[in-house]
Amino acid sequence: MEAGTPDLIKLEDLEVGSGLTGRKHVLSLLVENKPGVLARIAGLFARRGFNIDTLTVGPTDDPEISRITLTLDGAVHPIDQVTKQLHKLVNVIKIRDMEPDQTVSREMALFRVQATVESRGEIVQFADIFRAKIVDVSRRSLTIEVTGSNEKIDAFERMIRPHGLIEMARTGEVAITRSRPDS
Amino acid sequence: MFYTRLPMRAADALCEALKAEGVEHVFGIPGGANLPTYDALYDAELIHIQARHEQGAGHAAEGYAKASGRVGVAFATSGPGATNLVTAIADAMMDSVPTVFITGQVRTDLIGTDGFQEADVTGITMPVVKHSFLVTDPRQIPTYIHQAFHIASTGRPGPVLVDVPQDLSRADIEYEPAAGAPHLPGYKPPSEGNIKQIRLAAKALANARRPVIYGGGGIVNANASQEFRDFCLSDRLPVTLTVMGLGAFPAPHEQWLGMLGMHGTRTANYAMDNADLIVAVGARFDDRITGKLAEFAPRAKFVHIDIDPAEISKNVPAHIPIVGDAGDVLPKLTSEYGRLNADPARLEEWWKQIGAWQEEYPLGYEDSEDSEIKPQRMIEALYKVTEGDAIITSDVGQHQMWCAQYYNFSSPRRWINSGGLGTMGFGLPAAIGAKVAKPDETVVCLAGDGSLIMVCQEFATAAVHDIPVKVFLMNNGYMGMVRQWQELFWDGRYKSVEMGDSPDWVKLAEAFGWTGMRCTDKNEVEDAMQTALQTDGPVLLDVQVTKTENCFPMIPAGAAARDMVG
Repeated sequence: MEAGTPDLIKLEDLEVGSGLTGRKHVLSLLVENKPGVLARIAGLFARRGFNIDTLTVGPTDDPEISRITLTLDGAVHPIDQVTKQLHKLVNVIKIRDMEPDQTVSREMALFRVQATVESRGEIVQFADIFRAKIVDVSRRSLTIEVTGSNEKIDAFERMIRPHGLIEMARTGEVAITRSRPDS
Repeated sequence: MFYTRLPMRAADALCEALKAEGVEHVFGIPGGANLPTYDALYDAELIHIQARHEQGAGHAAEGYAKASGRVGVAFATSGPGATNLVTAIADAMMDSVPTVFITGQVRTDLIGTDGFQEADVTGITMPVVKHSFLVTDPRQIPTYIHQAFHIASTGRPGPVLVDVPQDLSRADIEYEPAAGAPHLPGYKPPSEGNIKQIRLAAKALANARRPVIYGGGGIVNANASQEFRDFCLSDRLPVTLTVMGLGAFPAPHEQWLGMLGMHGTRTANYAMDNADLIVAVGARFDDRITGKLAEFAPRAKFVHIDIDPAEISKNVPAHIPIVGDAGDVLPKLTSEYGRLNADPARLEEWWKQIGAWQEEYPLGYEDSEDSEIKPQRMIEALYKVTEGDAIITSDVGQHQMWCAQYYNFSSPRRWINSGGLGTMGFGLPAAIGAKVAKPDETVVCLAGDGSLIMVCQEFATAAVHDIPVKVFLMNNGYMGMVRQWQELFWDGRYKSVEMGDSPDWVKLAEAFGWTGMRCTDKNEVEDAMQTALQTDGPVLLDVQVTKTENCFPMIPAGAAARDMVG
């Protein structure tokens, strides 16, 4: 008998959680760079009824491995069940449920905004505050590139929308674990 | 060991790889896109069973796998050949049957052009395979075959598809026999259970006053029936099994509660409903087991042992999850539980309660007063003439449930049915596969008339290949289970459930070269079955039973176990 464990477990003391965490999760997947892998993941989400908020795919330092970063809502989906189902896919090598305070995550967005002679100055000011870049200019519009957390991009969108948002494209988040300060 | 690389056509290398995996039999049908493979089969020392429909080939591969525990293999050509396989692939996925399906594909230059007999079979089957491969280089063919066998047969077993374009299987490659485990960086099936969790489970069980052991098909897949029995019999633990698990515990037995679930015994379902601890082994809390999920086993805590971590807490949250192979976990659990010297007296009240249910609600039926054959009586006769020891395959419906209730399966891999997908027509091709795998065993397909007609072309397969299966047809002239639901839940408005007078089954069997027999008198059923079993070659026995008997007891769909009817 192990020290500190009671001989018998009282059944009343056994508990289970709901499986819902109530927060946004960023999952970082390393997958084999093979045809059809994205289709397998998308298909799994569709048939199990899991709703993906954002999804990005890109290369890693190893040409045989790609990284998929996806975000989903832990208030709606049991994240544990999602990761276990993903693990069953043979092409999925590694899954990391990124801890928010140990993760650097970024998203990029492009906004095309109506810009009249009167409003142009204010829009450029907003862009400056958000450290955004003007990447294209025409007589009636500006195209702005913003990079940052997805909250920052949401905030920029709220500021810019009243000026007349013509078009917006967002990449979805990519994420990587922070290194420890001493390493 | 020293290997040489042999120059070889890729299709020949495919057959070599199959042989290296220990394959002796394959089921299938040739067509344009898999002609190179069939040309290779001309010389290969593999026995090919030519099915009459690809679905039949697929179910035969499943029956072969379920009877033997070995990987079943089926071939089909591209397009319609491959799509005809899909039902069998989905069936193998739902019941975790180790199978490898090898399909031909159109030439690589035609892929994506809607070429003749082109279908994106890897795309179509993606939701229903454990894994699949589309060959893009002929040198991959033997590698993928080895990987497919490894994936199909390890961890939680399942179907793997290998799709081979016609031109690539004709190409010449240097074949190198595989050595060692295949390189699959994302595939690491668990095997050993966590010992701390096992100890925790043992302690919970030792403290439980109303425990139930609930086993499923995972025990059979893990070849862990003996370990399961040892565990259950290490104390007076009440045992129930799912329709997929039957045979894992020797019925009848004083600790046996009967099958649980929709058509399980009242005792098994009431025991689940009142249990304080349920130990699930290789079972997945399917809706046919739980009924209304919110009211399932409301007083119970759950220990869940499964090799697939995704099954744990999928439907019912587990208090003590144990991920591992039943064959590894159960002996450890037995020994940890044994060390606790649990007080057997704590179960006395529980057994008294169980005994009261068993007395009040035995399985039973009213026999006819004339010579009419009640379907339950037909199963009792089947049990008697086979001495409870045949391999029984079945279709899906009332006959399947009656067989599960009344044929006391006492050892594993004797009951071969389609539990998860519920595929009508599974029985005959599965029996063919089982008989090929186990030629010395008696193999009986207990068929339903609604089901058998869906695959009756496979009579030809058995006749031509001289596979002496016996089909005992429970013929009530209806798709009986659907009729039962229309009677009970749709106000008796029967729609499209009658089978009418067609076919004349005896004549149909004879047309295929089988022996056809008929039985209409309850006093002659056993003799007729005995004669059928003693007759050489494949035999169909058309047993005409009561037309509108209902299968009871029953948990109506979406209801709770305590609300069983009938």
